[in-house]
Amino acid sequence: MHIFDLEAQGLRALNTTLQAQKNDTNQTVWEVLNPKGSHAIAVGLDAPIEVNVRGSTGYYCAGMNKQATVHVHGSAGPGTAENMMSGTVIVEGDASQYAGATGNGGTLIIKGNASSRCGISMKGIDIIVHGNIGHMSAFMAQSGNLVVCGDAGDALGDSIYEARLFVRGSVKSLGADCIEKEMRPEHLNLLTDLLARGGCAAKASEFRRYGSARKLYNFNIDNAY
Amino acid sequence: MCGIVGLFLKDKSLEPSLGNMLTDMLITMTDRGPDSAGIAIYRSVSEGHTKLTLQSDTPLADFSGLEADLTEALGGAVALSLVDTHAVLVIKADNLPQARAAIAKLRPSVRIMSSGDSLEIYKEVGLPKNVAQRFRLRSISGSHGIGHTRMATESAVTTMGAHPFNTGPDQCLVHNGSLSNHNSWRRKLRRDGIHIETENDTEVGAAYLTWKMQHGASLGEALESSLHDLDGFFTFVVGTKDGFGVVRDPIACKPAVMAETDQYVAFGSEYRALVNLPGIETARVWEPEPATVYFWSHSAPPLATGKAA
Repeated sequence: MHIFDLEAQGLRALNTTLQAQKNDTNQTVWEVLNPKGSHAIAVGLDAPIEVNVRGSTGYYCAGMNKQATVHVHGSAGPGTAENMMSGTVIVEGDASQYAGATGNGGTLIIKGNASSRCGISMKGIDIIVHGNIGHMSAFMAQSGNLVVCGDAGDALGDSIYEARLFVRGSVKSLGADCIEKEMRPEHLNLLTDLLARGGCAAKASEFRRYGSARKLYNFNIDNAY
Repeated sequence: MCGIVGLFLKDKSLEPSLGNMLTDMLITMTDRGPDSAGIAIYRSVSEGHTKLTLQSDTPLADFSGLEADLTEALGGAVALSLVDTHAVLVIKADNLPQARAAIAKLRPSVRIMSSGDSLEIYKEVGLPKNVAQRFRLRSISGSHGIGHTRMATESAVTTMGAHPFNTGPDQCLVHNGSLSNHNSWRRKLRRDGIHIETENDTEVGAAYLTWKMQHGASLGEALESSLHDLDGFFTFVVGTKDGFGVVRDPIACKPAVMAETDQYVAFGSEYRALVNLPGIETARVWEPEPATVYFWSHSAPPLATGKAA
């Protein structure tokens, strides 16, 4: 295990070191101490390594992640795991706005609550939130899965394309073109797997599914001002 | 961008280090706002007295002899303490209107930054660490305070465009964001006789709150109605005589983090600003909800739905 003191060694040294790890690296487990809300911790990684961040992070932690597992033992600032391609990002605490935004793949697990715009424009990422999510989550979501064990805020899934949204609690309001959809056996199977991956005790049968009504796909003159 | 910090002390033993803690928080927010910085600090004066914070671009000329001139004009003792471009004037509370008139007559280039029994506002152009040093902010004690680092977007980088803005007696406002309908509100408020000095959007926000309160609204009600009347992005933090309040616009793009322990309630634009506060590891840390007015106060909050510490 390699220990990196962010306060003493600096952000650039940390990211340069982590980004230099190859697929066959022997240095597979890293500990980052004293993150103290710093921005852009462990971004742009592309190796099957595990990075444990001991504390809370600022903007854009684990952005553009590939292959790596980044585990934040605290809360995370805005834009966590933004544009993730693959790998896993776990936040033990809460995540601020636009967690998992534009993510293409991989898994983002938030053990606390996520703030507004969680999964905005998601493109294939799986996001599993143990708590609640804020307003405008999954705005223009294109594909992937968003699982929320708690409640969702206003305008969930506004202008959504083809992502699947599973919410166990209440939804304050649905956004334009987002509707509740039937939970079929294949969705229950998918959700059961997602819940297991996210370490959630909840049962798939307790959730409702939301998705696109596909009414905004084509231009409709009645929607124009 | 802009950075906001705020600290409300529950534990009186921390009061001597308020300035020091707020200064550290302010400097951490330098990269959110390197253009200018300001701080509003609350510390009480003796019973029956009130304070004016004065500012001058030519402090040597304006402030020399001002104490004696005001003593003569008001027919009673006043106390003036200078710090850089600012000076804090302590007067008998009954003398406030006369003091304002006398300053306008005796020193027309002096501007009044704040008025109140507890409030003092210090703000200048420059990096937060330099502004803090000029005003010796680290040595200031007090019960609570708010600070701001500005990255200017809507108007020029000037002392008067820096935050905080005084909104009423012992009240002030800082802002992260930008208001898009400030020009029409500036015209409307000026027609109603509200003095607005600059082209700054936040000054209009501050003037809006002043105007609302002049028409009978409480601070809480004024903040509630700002959610309807002001268009744009904002996280506002307001200082009051015995606490502070927070409100974010309904979209809530502009960041805000709060932390609370038995000793204090703290606000930061980012968690980074809070990391060196005592006991932060075990503090309750959360983001204030959009379109919700919060207050922390030693006495009753100025709003029925407000949250008091």
